[in-house]
Amino acid sequence: MGSLPDSDQTNAVNLAPGNPRILLMGLNHQTAPVALRECLAFSPEETETALEALIHRPCIREALLLSTCNRVEVVVTCDDPARAIADLEGFISDFKHIPIDEFRSSLYRYVDNDAVRHLFRVASSLDSMVVGEPQILGQIKAAYGAAIHRRASGVILNRLLHRTFFVAKRIRTETGIGDHAVSISYAAIELARKIFGSLEGRRVLLIGAGEMAELAVEHLIRHRAGEILVANRTFAHGVSLAQRFGGQAIRFEEVEARLATVDIIISSTGAPGFVVVPAQVSAVLRHRRNRPLFFIDIAVPRDIDPRVNRLSNVYVYDIDDLKGVVEENVQDRQQEALKAERIIDEAVLRFSQWRQSLEVVPTIVALHRKLELIADAEIKKTLQGSKPPDEAALKRMATAMINKFLHDPTQILKGDGHRGNRQELLGLLQRLFHLDTP
Amino acid sequence: MQMLLLTTIAAYLLSTAGYLAFLFLQRKPLRRGALALLGFGFAGHTVLLVAGVVTSGHLPVNHLHGTLLVAGWALTGVFLVIYGRYRLPVLGVYAASLALVILIAASLSPSVPAADKGLFNSFWLISHIAAVFLGDAALALACGIGILYLLQENAIKSKHHGFFFRRLPSLDRLDAAGYACIAIGFALLTIGLITGFAYAHAVWGRFWSADPKEIWSVITWLIYAALLHQRLTVGWRGRRSAVMAIVGFAVILFTFLGVNFLLKGHHGVFTGQ
Repeated sequence: MGSLPDSDQTNAVNLAPGNPRILLMGLNHQTAPVALRECLAFSPEETETALEALIHRPCIREALLLSTCNRVEVVVTCDDPARAIADLEGFISDFKHIPIDEFRSSLYRYVDNDAVRHLFRVASSLDSMVVGEPQILGQIKAAYGAAIHRRASGVILNRLLHRTFFVAKRIRTETGIGDHAVSISYAAIELARKIFGSLEGRRVLLIGAGEMAELAVEHLIRHRAGEILVANRTFAHGVSLAQRFGGQAIRFEEVEARLATVDIIISSTGAPGFVVVPAQVSAVLRHRRNRPLFFIDIAVPRDIDPRVNRLSNVYVYDIDDLKGVVEENVQDRQQEALKAERIIDEAVLRFSQWRQSLEVVPTIVALHRKLELIADAEIKKTLQGSKPPDEAALKRMATAMINKFLHDPTQILKGDGHRGNRQELLGLLQRLFHLDTP
Repeated sequence: MQMLLLTTIAAYLLSTAGYLAFLFLQRKPLRRGALALLGFGFAGHTVLLVAGVVTSGHLPVNHLHGTLLVAGWALTGVFLVIYGRYRLPVLGVYAASLALVILIAASLSPSVPAADKGLFNSFWLISHIAAVFLGDAALALACGIGILYLLQENAIKSKHHGFFFRRLPSLDRLDAAGYACIAIGFALLTIGLITGFAYAHAVWGRFWSADPKEIWSVITWLIYAALLHQRLTVGWRGRRSAVMAIVGFAVILFTFLGVNFLLKGHHGVFTGQ
C-alpha cells in the first residue's frame, strides 16, 4: 500500500521498533459529500460490533471509532501503519458493503503526531463545520465509552483520549472559541440580554409555534423569564404548548392588547401578511411608559412589519438579521481558533514526549523476566535433592544465580574491549548500579 | 505639592491607558489595574485638595487652578461611587480621561487668588460650591453614560454589531445608571442654586441679579427638571433621555467655562476672569 502520507517521514517522533504507532483514518464534511457519509456512518450498535471485530484483527492493537453526522474516523494503534491502512479500508468496505474505490479518495490518513493533532483539533471543534460548536466533545466521549466497554482501548489510546479531553477543555476556557451565539435562537437570547440586562421576570409572548421559536422560549425560561403567554390560531394547540412551558394560552385576537404588558415577543406563524404593524405598537408605547419591547421574528414570510423597528425603544430582529449576527460571531470564533492552534501544538509535543518515554518499558519487563527465569531454574535445582537444603546448598545456589545474571554483561565487557568503547560501557554500568570503584 | 500633582496626573494617565487597553482587549487584570490606579490617583487628589484648604483656609476655588482641581476631584469621586453601584468599566475610559484633562488644565492654570479671602468663609458659599461641583460631576457622568447608550442603541437598532455591542453593558443598565446620575446631579444642582441664592442675599442683599452665570444655571436646572418630569410622567427613557443628558451637559460646560470667558458678571469676581 503506497497510500501512507508523506507526513510519516516528517513526524518528529523517533520511536524504537516495537513501540506501537498511532494511525487515524477517516473522512469528514470537507472531504466527503453527505451521501457518502451517510453510507459509512456507524450506529452505536454497529460501532460496538466493529470495535469488537477490529481488535481481533492481527495488525491492530487498540481501536476507537467516532461516527457523527459530519465525520467517520477510526483511530488505531498498530505496528505497521501501511498494513493497517489497507486492512482498515478492507474492513470498512466489507462492513458497509461499499467498494473501496468509492470512498478511498475521500479518506485522510494521519500517523503519529499528525494523528494526535487531528484528534485534538476535532475535539476542540476546530475541525467542525461550525467552529466552536460544543457537541463534538460529547460525541468523542461517547465513542471512547464504547471503546472502553469493548475493551478496545489500551495504554496509548487511554492516555491519548484523556489528553484530548484535557486539551479541548483548556481551549474552551482559555480562548473565546465557544463565546457568542452561533445558533439563531441563542443569538436572539444574547440580544435580549443586551437590551434588558437580566431576563429575570421579563414577560414573553410566543405567537405561533415552530422548533426554533420553542427553542428560544426554552432558553428564556432557563434565564428565568417571567410569565409566558402563548397565542396560536388553533387555541387547543396553544393550550398544549403553554402547558409545556408552564405558561398561559391566549386567543390570537388578544395579541394586540397584550403588547402593552409583555417585553419579548417571539413570532413564528405561517401567516401570509404581517401580524403586528407599527400602528398597533405605537398605540401601546405610551401605556408601556416606553419600556423597551423586543420582537424576534422567526417567521418567513415575516410576521412583524419591519417599520416597527423605527419606533423608539422598540427593536425588531427578523430571521435574516439574526443570521447576520450569527455570521459575525462565526468570524470572531475563527480569530480565536488561531490561539487554539497554539495550545494544540504544545499538547502534541507533550504527548510525543510521553510516547518516547514508553520505550523503556518493554526493556525493563524483559530484564525482570530474564532474572526471574534464572532464579526459578536455580531454586528448582537446589530443591531437587532428597534432603532439605542446608546453608552450603543455599550459598551455592546464590553464587550460581549471580554468575548467570552477570554472564552476558561480563562477556560483553570483555569482548568489547578491542572496540574501544569499554570506558563508556564501564561508566554506564557504574551509573546503573551505583558502583563506587576507583 | 508639585510632586504630588504630577503623581496624581501620572496615575490618571495610566488609568486612562488601562481603561483604553481594557476596552480593546477585554482582559480582567487591565480593568482591575485601571480602577486601582484611579483610586490611587483619587487619594493623591484628595491630599492635594486638603492641603489647598489648609494653606488657604478655605476651599481653594478663588482661582482657575483651584476650581479645576475641585471639579476633577468631584468627577473622580462620583465616578467611583457610581462604579460601585453599576459596574460600568467602559465608562472608566470617559471618566479617567476627563479627570486627566481637567487635572492637566489645572496644573497649567494660574493659582493667583482673584478675590478677597473674606468672601469665601461662608457656610452658604461652601455648600453652594460643594453642591454645584458634585452635581456637575454627576451630570458629566450622565452625559458619558448617554453617549454609551446611544452607541449601544445604535448597534442594536442598526443590526450591525460592531466594536461596541459586546463591550458595552445592556441598554437597561446604562439607562438605569444614567437616570441615577441625573437624579443625583439634579438634586445637588437644586441645593447648589438655593444655597447660591442664599449666599447672594447675604453678600449683596438680593437673591437674583440676572448675572449671566445665574441665568445659565437656571436654564440648566430647567432642562434637567424637564427631563426628570417627562421621565416620571410619560416615561421618557432610553434614547431621548440619553440625548437630553448630553445636551444638558453641553449647557453645563457652557455655564462653567463659556460664561467665565465670554460673558462678564459677578461670578468673575471669584475666578478672576
